[in-house]
Amino acid sequence: MAAWEVVIGLETHAQLSTAAKIFSGASTAFGAAPNTQAAAVDIALPGVLPVLNRGAVERAIRFGLAVGATINRRSVFARKNYFYPDLPKGYQISQYEIPVVSGGGVDIVSPTRGPIRIALTRAHLEEDAGKSLHEDFHGMTGIDLNRAGTPLLEIVTEPDMRSSDEAVAYAKQLHALVQWVDICDGNMQEGSFRCDANVSVRREGAPLGTRCEIKNLNSFRFMQEAIEFEVRRQIALIEDGGRVVQETRLYDPDMHETRSMRSKEDAQDYRYFPDPDLPPLVIAEDWIARVRSGMPELPEALRERFAEQYLLYPEGCAALTANRATAEYFAQTMKELAGIPGVPYASQGHDATNGKSVANWVINEIGALLNNHQTDIAHSPISPRQLAQLIAHTDRFKGTVSHKSAKDVLTAMWAGEAKGDNAADAIIAARGLAQISDSGAIGKIVDDVIAANAAIVAEVKAGKEKAFNSLVGKVMAASKGKANPAQVNAILKSKLT
Amino acid sequence: MTGIVTGTLAQVAAALRAKQLSSVELTRAVLARVDAAQGALNAFVTVDAEGALAQARAADAALAKGNAPPLTGVPIAHKDVIMTAGLKTTCGSRMLSNFTAPYDAFVVEGLRKAGTVLIGKTNMDEFAMGSSNETSYFGAVKNPWNTEYVPGGSSGGSAAAVSARLVPGATGTDTGGSIRQPASLTGICGLKPTYGVCSRYGLIAFASSLDTPGMFARTAEDCGLMLNAMAGHDARDSTSLDRAGEDYTRELPGSLKGLRIGLPAEYFGSGIDSDVAAAIDAALAEFRRLGATTVDIALPNVNLSVPVYYVIAPAEASSNLSRFDGVRYGHRAEKYTDLMDMYKKSRAEGFGAEVKRRILVGTYVLSHGYYDAYYLKAQQVRRLIAGDFQRAYEKCDVIMGPTAPSPAFKIGAKTDDPVQMYLNDIFTIAGNLTGAPAMSIPCGFDKCGLPIGLQVQGNYFSEAKLLNVAHQYQQVTDWHKRAPTLAGNAGSLPPEGAK
Repeated sequence: MAAWEVVIGLETHAQLSTAAKIFSGASTAFGAAPNTQAAAVDIALPGVLPVLNRGAVERAIRFGLAVGATINRRSVFARKNYFYPDLPKGYQISQYEIPVVSGGGVDIVSPTRGPIRIALTRAHLEEDAGKSLHEDFHGMTGIDLNRAGTPLLEIVTEPDMRSSDEAVAYAKQLHALVQWVDICDGNMQEGSFRCDANVSVRREGAPLGTRCEIKNLNSFRFMQEAIEFEVRRQIALIEDGGRVVQETRLYDPDMHETRSMRSKEDAQDYRYFPDPDLPPLVIAEDWIARVRSGMPELPEALRERFAEQYLLYPEGCAALTANRATAEYFAQTMKELAGIPGVPYASQGHDATNGKSVANWVINEIGALLNNHQTDIAHSPISPRQLAQLIAHTDRFKGTVSHKSAKDVLTAMWAGEAKGDNAADAIIAARGLAQISDSGAIGKIVDDVIAANAAIVAEVKAGKEKAFNSLVGKVMAASKGKANPAQVNAILKSKLT
Repeated sequence: MTGIVTGTLAQVAAALRAKQLSSVELTRAVLARVDAAQGALNAFVTVDAEGALAQARAADAALAKGNAPPLTGVPIAHKDVIMTAGLKTTCGSRMLSNFTAPYDAFVVEGLRKAGTVLIGKTNMDEFAMGSSNETSYFGAVKNPWNTEYVPGGSSGGSAAAVSARLVPGATGTDTGGSIRQPASLTGICGLKPTYGVCSRYGLIAFASSLDTPGMFARTAEDCGLMLNAMAGHDARDSTSLDRAGEDYTRELPGSLKGLRIGLPAEYFGSGIDSDVAAAIDAALAEFRRLGATTVDIALPNVNLSVPVYYVIAPAEASSNLSRFDGVRYGHRAEKYTDLMDMYKKSRAEGFGAEVKRRILVGTYVLSHGYYDAYYLKAQQVRRLIAGDFQRAYEKCDVIMGPTAPSPAFKIGAKTDDPVQMYLNDIFTIAGNLTGAPAMSIPCGFDKCGLPIGLQVQGNYFSEAKLLNVAHQYQQVTDWHKRAPTLAGNAGSLPPEGAK
């Protein structure tokens, strides 16, 4: 019998980063006291009407452009009718038949299938509901409408993923992308990026199996666990002679299992119809053109450019484009370095060598500090200009400090030992880390070391490589580590031959 | 001050400006008449004597300063579907019987800025669903011409109040004829402007794509003065139209010579009361004397207006009324076992029979599997009807016919037969489906002395033309000057000028 194949489609709700709600002027900021950010429209007072926030539309356009989708020039808001206490109007304003964005796709690298494109069905605008708080009020339910009316972009894929790994890879890629194009803060703890997974299994080559929808997977780890559990459950069910029932299931991260929430038979008839309070959303060509001109370079294009311009390896390109802040940090550091006067090779035309050096500093050294301090590059206390000033002192450029000293300077800068654009210079001076590059001064130390170590000098002259290194070490020690190692090598060599 | 208290809106405004009486004096007299008529007519749900007098004092101060806006001190009333800050706004329903509006509707703001004094809120069919004003939780409104008869609906309270000369003008809303039909049945003018000319902000929604704020007054001129204060763009309503402001009274004096009046065969068929037909014929003859010509036109799809309306309006209503769930405001059942039980009991108790009927119909036509056959089809026919009118306006400037097929009927006569009740709006509904303006003007009486209305419809944004047509007609007729004698029916109102 053919092997089991897993089929997964994802629906993602990305909260759009507008200051105001999608149909009211109330703030969307997270964490305010309950019901303090609910305007008359959000609590659905009689007589109030929705007014579309164009900022939400603009973000939908940005998304559509980023995934190569069609921006529908005319889309329609519809009412999805159902009763729930945290849905004040008794209907959610969403888009049904004609969404704002159709098609497009997201490229991922599948661990088993390599680079593949996950096709998107659509992305539509809608409003979020409020929150029902069942825990805090004994025997009662509290309703917080701060979230009601928060703009969401629901992004729906085709059933293109074949494993939990692919689903997670897609979700991560999408998560990075919505932040990259600056439409969503991506904060999963606060619910700004929420995924539901539609999962089914079939024998390879067979028609699609019956799917179950797993709701509210609010971390990538839970997504992976939930899908894997669900796949095991469905396969076991079918192999035992049962059949999968179409239903909505909730993942329980404590029990590591999915549980039935409601079956298709319980599914409500939402009685969608076009919202008569909102005229069709018409997007003019010039609006799309304006949005396009303000789009950042997308990660894929940037990766290609970095590889070509800086001759970076794919891993380096990927690391520098993991998010827009890192890419911008890298690009800014490059620019700052080129702008420092009197730095050899720092100017344009040496991108390849400089790029590798800066990439190394950003990915490895800054990366390590970010990791140690559990923060992200947007919150780095070291600015690109400060980093560039430090890099200018290293061997490849001015050669003022050793690589090890430079790393110490970086750590000191992070700790705030000196502030301002010239923090690196200040720390190098204060700590006396400048290398001795004066060949006269180094020559004198070398002479002293040769005079004091006749036995080792004899070994060197007898051709012992190790003995030479020992002399280098002694010169470095005598200079308290400040002598330029390359110069020490050269001078020592010339004096012993 | 003889005559001023029951004067037209223009007369009252002029008298106040000429200091023939103060706004406070006028307001006191109006409040006394409103109070005296309430038992007989039940036109008001809320009378705000204190607030009205405070506004009147402010009006007098503004008049004394000499910089008062045009309608300063003019007493008006608002239909209780319209939000008025700090005042109860019930929508004629138990659901909102204790609901105080926290803000003013756009049209309320406009009329406040124009200087009017708000006397109170008028009774109406529950959630504006009805053609007789019998579905109000606060009891039926009576027709001032004969209190055994209905005043029409749903804006029956506003119509009765203006007809009985309690106030010179009042607001209404028109979703399928709710201004024009009661205007016709009570012998006054009622104008439904183009959809989008007056913002719906602050109107408790019944059917969003049809709901239109408008007004009642006795003369076309008064309607124009009120519309000047009520029209305008409002960013809070996405269907509000952003157009340059206009003076809707500017065309009043124009001659009707050459006016082409379209007469659709569909409006002059069977089922029309013979007195109504005779009155309309007489009115058309009057227009011909004024220099107008009549031309036969066809509106082949207009006979589908009622079925189309009774799909679209309930569909939108079923969704619009979902917010009345007892959770945040409005009626909540006292005892319930769980959430679903609370919803069911609160809505079962809060809504009356007609509202429930329309929610049921609306829910049904939007249901999975029925949407295409009902709602979608109705929207398609709606476009066909709009197309009929556009073709007709290539041949004529305005379209005339009866506003309602018959004069007022007796209270209770049609309450058991919703379809008969719905047919009252057979001529008015098309105006809501197309969104074009229409008005009713008094054009006679039947053999029982009940008023008859002539409907004048025009193309989009032709309000000034409609008012011109109505105004010229009112210059040569006196139907609008005839007042109901409330004595014997409505009890005796305080004589004009009593303080």
